[in-house]
Amino acid sequence: MSWDSAASASAEQGDRSGRPVGRKMKGFRWERFFEGGLLQGGVQGSPVLRLLIRWVRRPLLPVMRLWRRNIQLKIVATTLLMSMGVVLLLGFVVIGQVRNGLLDAKVRASQSQATGGFAVAKQQADAEATANGDDRSAAAGRPSKNVSQWMTDLVVSLSSGGQGAFDVVTLNSTASGDGSGGLAPRSSSQVDPTASIPENLRARIDKSISAAQSYTRVVYKDDKESQPALVIGKQVSDPNGDAYQLYYLFPLTQEEKSLSLVKGTLATAGLFVVVLLGAIAWLVVRQVVTPVRMAAGIAERLSAGRLQERMKVTGEDDIARLGEAFNKMAQNLQLKIQQLEDLSRMQRRFVSDVSHELRTPLTTVRMAADVIHDARVDFDPVTARSAELLADQLDRFETLLADLLEISRFDAGAAALEADAIDLREVVRRVVGGAEPLAERKGTRIRVVGDQQPLIAEADARRVERVLRNLVVNAVEHGEGKDVVVKLAAAGGAVAIAVRDYGVGLKPGEATRVFSRFWRADPARARTTGGTGLGLSIALEDARLHGGWLQAWGEPGGGSQFRLTLPRTADEPLRGSPIPLEPKDSRRNRGLDDAGLPHGGATKLATVPVQQAGAASDPIPPRGAMAPRLAGTAATADPTALPGNGARVVPRPAGTLRRQEETSGTGRERTAQERGQDGDTPEELGHGEAFRGR
Amino acid sequence: MKGRVLVVDDDTALAEMLGIVLRGEGFEPSFVADGDKALAAFRDAKPDLVLLDLMLPGRDGIEVCRLIRAESGVPIVMLTAKSDTVDVVVGLESGADDYIVKPFKPKELVARIRARLRRSEEPAPEQLSIGDLVIDVAGHSVKREGMSIALTPLEFDLLVALARKPWQVFTREVLLEQVWGYRHAADTRLVNVHVQRLRSKVEKDPERPEIVVTVRGVGYKAGPS
Repeated sequence: MSWDSAASASAEQGDRSGRPVGRKMKGFRWERFFEGGLLQGGVQGSPVLRLLIRWVRRPLLPVMRLWRRNIQLKIVATTLLMSMGVVLLLGFVVIGQVRNGLLDAKVRASQSQATGGFAVAKQQADAEATANGDDRSAAAGRPSKNVSQWMTDLVVSLSSGGQGAFDVVTLNSTASGDGSGGLAPRSSSQVDPTASIPENLRARIDKSISAAQSYTRVVYKDDKESQPALVIGKQVSDPNGDAYQLYYLFPLTQEEKSLSLVKGTLATAGLFVVVLLGAIAWLVVRQVVTPVRMAAGIAERLSAGRLQERMKVTGEDDIARLGEAFNKMAQNLQLKIQQLEDLSRMQRRFVSDVSHELRTPLTTVRMAADVIHDARVDFDPVTARSAELLADQLDRFETLLADLLEISRFDAGAAALEADAIDLREVVRRVVGGAEPLAERKGTRIRVVGDQQPLIAEADARRVERVLRNLVVNAVEHGEGKDVVVKLAAAGGAVAIAVRDYGVGLKPGEATRVFSRFWRADPARARTTGGTGLGLSIALEDARLHGGWLQAWGEPGGGSQFRLTLPRTADEPLRGSPIPLEPKDSRRNRGLDDAGLPHGGATKLATVPVQQAGAASDPIPPRGAMAPRLAGTAATADPTALPGNGARVVPRPAGTLRRQEETSGTGRERTAQERGQDGDTPEELGHGEAFRGR
Repeated sequence: MKGRVLVVDDDTALAEMLGIVLRGEGFEPSFVADGDKALAAFRDAKPDLVLLDLMLPGRDGIEVCRLIRAESGVPIVMLTAKSDTVDVVVGLESGADDYIVKPFKPKELVARIRARLRRSEEPAPEQLSIGDLVIDVAGHSVKREGMSIALTPLEFDLLVALARKPWQVFTREVLLEQVWGYRHAADTRLVNVHVQRLRSKVEKDPERPEIVVTVRGVGYKAGPS
């Protein structure tokens, strides 16, 4: 990242951090986050969000995982939430009812008290008016003074009856608000008259002569805290006949205390109920979940092979029935497996016994036949020929018996791998050396390719040699005198040896059937080595025992290729093979290359003309018409290099099918490593690298 | 050439056939069919080589092998029907020098027997040293600081083969050819087992060998002198 972009990003971040970010709960995260953004040198908007989301999500993930996996947690949480809702609802209803009840009683009591008070006020006003009327003239000079005094007395007298249970307030009637009386508001016990009486109540009382009520908060002039109260007011006349407003204020302190007590009780009870319900749910669910978890654990142990594991069953309820059924299943499973194991052991024992019992007499017969065979020159021609046939067929019988026993050993699972780090080139050398006499008879040349570097793998040398001997002998047998190429390669965690011949090849579908027991490509064909028909089956089993693959590819008349892929170290699973199953010089590949067709096109084999070795595009003429031109071999992970039954997989990526002209004059293919070092085909290299990297 | 061969086999037909073949090749065979009588027969016959079937009535071949090995270094070749099982390894570990799997060809058997007997015919005065061991090839003795170490002829041959070329790493196949006389590659377990047996006798600490050193992935070589 350039300095410029970093700087501009910093500025942007600066602006952004200037905004009020603290309003969010995770404000500190934002800050830290922006610091990070600045240090990293610029973060755009969407990464910011993504980072934020990741930050929020990361601590939540384990919780969410627990939530998904733990049914007990789920049920307890749901129970808690739902019971909380129910308790809240109940609480609100109960509190509402209690409040209504309390207020109703208070209102009724207050109303009767106030009505009485109003009556007293009216009475006193009337009495004062009568008294005043007696010496109206004398008092005419200062009527308001008198009324003022009278009202003060009235308030005191009225409030004194309540003993603090209520307060009394008088106010001017605003309707006659000319200030005629000029009476200041009065109140008992430090009540602030104007602040305590709501405006709308005053307006209502002005308009009517009946009593009206409202809820308010009493405000005191001294430091006493204000409190809720019921206020009942009425317009009353003073001794002069002027209207004034008389209010009774009934503080609701007691009722509020009762209500808060009820609330507190309810809240405590609700909390207890919720917690208890949660605990009950936890206990109840545990009763169900524990056996289920136990069953899951035991099922896992059973599947891991510990067949004697059983569930503990107590009682007769559904859980116990589950346990019983589970145990019965495990019992039956164990029994069946035991039976199968016994059967397998018997079979292995049988194979072993047959091996010994059959081999000892066979040894005697064999030796006798050899002695007779060696002495055949002294016999008459018929007996001599018989002796030859006897010896030959004994050879065949012996191989067949050996192969049969080998196969039974695989079937019984008694075959054991004795893997050791070996150089496969040694094995190949021995195999090729052993096959030379046969190759000479057939006029075939066996070439080994890619043996410049050691090819070390953990393998059972005896088995690998057996597999390769089989493949090479087969290739020579069916190669019709043409070259046989043994190719070695290693890449990633795999080594591969491919044996290519240019003989009759395989018909479609035969690539899988060659591995079947006693399968023969062409029953009519003469056999020169007297194979048993079990060779490739045993080879396949040997490859499997290594955790490797043995696969075949072939085209009719175009030869075949058998590829053995082994993991470099035992126990390592194979993911690909360093050698593509279908060779580069297959008729189809060459046809595509030379015709310049788009690679991977669905060209049918039959429509591709057979290309003579060294066609027009090849600058160097091939050495001898016998060897078809060898196109480049890429050590790429080929799509055909898939595990399976060895069937040919046709589709290929175009990249691996590019023209790879080789100087076939040398008769040598370059190995993957060489090509990689050359670096002349970056794509190829890329593929190779990708494979190695995997 | 010496050629007394004791055949320990309970299968009379096979034993007789073995006798025919061995006599035809110039050996002097003697026979015993019972594992319990094998040791007595061995003491009587004083054979140059023992052909031993692994499955015997009475004492089995492994036990017989151990008993013979306890009192003599005479070459023992096992006859076995099971090449793939642990029997072979157990047999080799109990002291057999070589084994041959039934059914075998007479020529193969004879070649194997000859290979085991051949070594007695090459007494060349030669003094070798490997590690802190001194080997007198002609005198067939191995000494560490004057103390003689008892080895069977095969173990001795193995040690001599390694000691003669201390600079060379021997693959198991090469050792099979040089020591056992196999022309084609055979079971490399032979080499592994006998190297273990040899180490248990000549190494100070068989867990950390200094005389016969393993070269991983290749084979064995003689330790530095």
